Amino acid sequence: MAALNNSEAVLEVNDLSMTYQIRQGEVKAVQDVSFRLGRGQSLGLVGESGCGKSSVANCLMGLLPDNARVSNGQVILGGQDLLAMPEETLRLFRWNRIAMVFQAAMNVLDPVYRVGHQILEAIEAHGIDSSEADSRARVAELFRKVGLDPRLMDRYPHEFSGGMRQRAVIAMALSCDPDVIIADEPTTALDVIMQDRILRELKTIQTDNDLAVIYISHDIAVIAEVTDSVAVMYAGRLVELGSTAEVLTSPMHHYTAALTSSFPSLLGDKRPLTVLGGEPPDLLVRQAHHEPVTGCPFAPRCPAATNICRKEPPPTVVRRTSTGSAHDEGRGHWATCWHPAGVDSG
Amino acid sequence: MDTSHYPLPTRGTAAPLVEVSRLTRRFAVSKNLFRRPSSFIHAVDDVSFQLRRGESLGVVGESGCGKTTVGKLLVKLIEPDDGRILFRLSTGPRDGGGLATDEGVREVDPSLLRGAALKDFRRRAQMIFQDPYESMNPRRTIYDIVSEPLSVQGLGSVMDRVNRVREVLTSVGLAPASDFLFRHPHELSGGQRQRVAIGRALVIGPEFVVADEPTSMLDVSSRAGIMLLMQQLAQDLEISYLHITHDLAVARYMCDRIAVMYLGKIVELGETEELLHNPLHPYTKALLSAVPLPTPGHRRPPPDIHGDLALPIDPPPRCRFYDRCPIATEQCRDNPHPPSEEKAPGHQVACYEA
Repeated sequence: MAALNNSEAVLEVNDLSMTYQIRQGEVKAVQDVSFRLGRGQSLGLVGESGCGKSSVANCLMGLLPDNARVSNGQVILGGQDLLAMPEETLRLFRWNRIAMVFQAAMNVLDPVYRVGHQILEAIEAHGIDSSEADSRARVAELFRKVGLDPRLMDRYPHEFSGGMRQRAVIAMALSCDPDVIIADEPTTALDVIMQDRILRELKTIQTDNDLAVIYISHDIAVIAEVTDSVAVMYAGRLVELGSTAEVLTSPMHHYTAALTSSFPSLLGDKRPLTVLGGEPPDLLVRQAHHEPVTGCPFAPRCPAATNICRKEPPPTVVRRTSTGSAHDEGRGHWATCWHPAGVDSG
Repeated sequence: MDTSHYPLPTRGTAAPLVEVSRLTRRFAVSKNLFRRPSSFIHAVDDVSFQLRRGESLGVVGESGCGKTTVGKLLVKLIEPDDGRILFRLSTGPRDGGGLATDEGVREVDPSLLRGAALKDFRRRAQMIFQDPYESMNPRRTIYDIVSEPLSVQGLGSVMDRVNRVREVLTSVGLAPASDFLFRHPHELSGGQRQRVAIGRALVIGPEFVVADEPTSMLDVSSRAGIMLLMQQLAQDLEISYLHITHDLAVARYMCDRIAVMYLGKIVELGETEELLHNPLHPYTKALLSAVPLPTPGHRRPPPDIHGDLALPIDPPPRCRFYDRCPIATEQCRDNPHPPSEEKAPGHQVACYEA
């Protein structure tokens, strides 16, 4: 497992903030999110629904709805800032450099076109000039790569099972040889045996192609198995980041601790489940009575919250670890918390 | 009600609450719109089990294995083609809190019920659905949704209903109830909606509840809350559950016993910890070994299973798992689906080789 800090970053996200304009005001969906990802590494993005995981993914892909606005930050891929790019240049970057495996495979594939044709279209749309025969050969190769029989190229999506469709969507993401793949809940709709196969294939593809992969999932067990590092999101912000082993076995942030201990385990000790009470904060800022949120957004639900947590924004605390040292630009294992677990005070 | 041609089981509270024998349900697959269907999906095929009073029995399996069909058959949302379901329900009315007011027990076969008897059965057997976004009318208020079973059953005055709904909302953790009564489903989070769905099922005080994947659509954080709530309610209100789930880790926490289904058949049934730690059927083993564990650095071997899941359309008369089984022999190929045998105390397996 490569440490986060020593290899050259293929993707760098700096201070990303994004808002949605809705009738009632402005939703601060993503706030000051920063992370970097090296070649061949995998990062898990976890958090409750509505915490901004998918919004981050959509920012990276440049696939934002009309009412979304990136208010700050950079997404640096191959030395260029995607957010500063005109749409035409971005279109070449998207899919060629960064691609996405979407959540619901049945909604991604158009039911009236043959599956192979849809992948062919992706290849042609993203500026790879080749003859029809070459493209078909390329699709056949992609099919083999994801464990599908190339003879199924000319079938329609409804003739595919759920697992086959998910494989086809992965083939589509791989079609233009990207450096980075974002997998947004890639196996949520699948049964465990199929999930296991798809995750193993993704892992093999990742290693073979030296791909950087961002897994977005609410399933901590999946994240534990497939990622090198984990970023925990809460209320649009990253609250903890570090290697998967450290974040999940000795979390610093109380939100991460609550997430891991509310997860039922199949084997080993049957730990009692703990319940995280309350609901995540409303990220909507109503113009009428705008009151900036001070303090830690998790404070109302946090078992360790004190007065300072409710008043002052939490500092970023870095824990010295064996894989990353504390002075390394805060990129070891860190959390934004006034009272992080496992850190000597002072 | 004529039950003379069925053997009468022994009476008493020690007898199981539900006894299911040889339950079968097929669905026609039409190849041609104008022709009689010639193919059938054997959704539930010769399934027998017992559900003890106060127990939570888990039914686990992959999509299409028939687990939801079993649940719907038990609460008479669909009718069986063959086989028999026998409920031993309490005789007296259940009081406001849902507890039995009298110790008597009477035997009920839901497929024979009509009219008032069916209405009474519906009071005692309820279902909680998977998707709290789809199972509620978005135009109705929470009060309308939770009080509907009361008005269908014609129970209590309006004031009684308001009080009962408040009481139920509080007991499912939606307190203070007045904050929720006149809100609409879209104003609530997924976890809160599922609490409303549980409240709706419990408002008339059932003694048996089919919970169909009640936590699969929820976030990790609200999932634990719903799981603990259902356990608490089972204890306080003496509810027995049939808990349908695809998530074995959830089943471990929620169920006393687990039945594993594969293509319409129960292939293994046993006490939860025994089944998880000592699985005997090759399918159960494969299923268990495919579950990711939340322990970083843990390496699982790939599950030992061939091929992909198919639908049980006109299955050949041999073990349903034959095509995917890693240990299948000639015996498995040439004989009908194996009978369920008790291989360890209380641990039944349907496999020639286990």
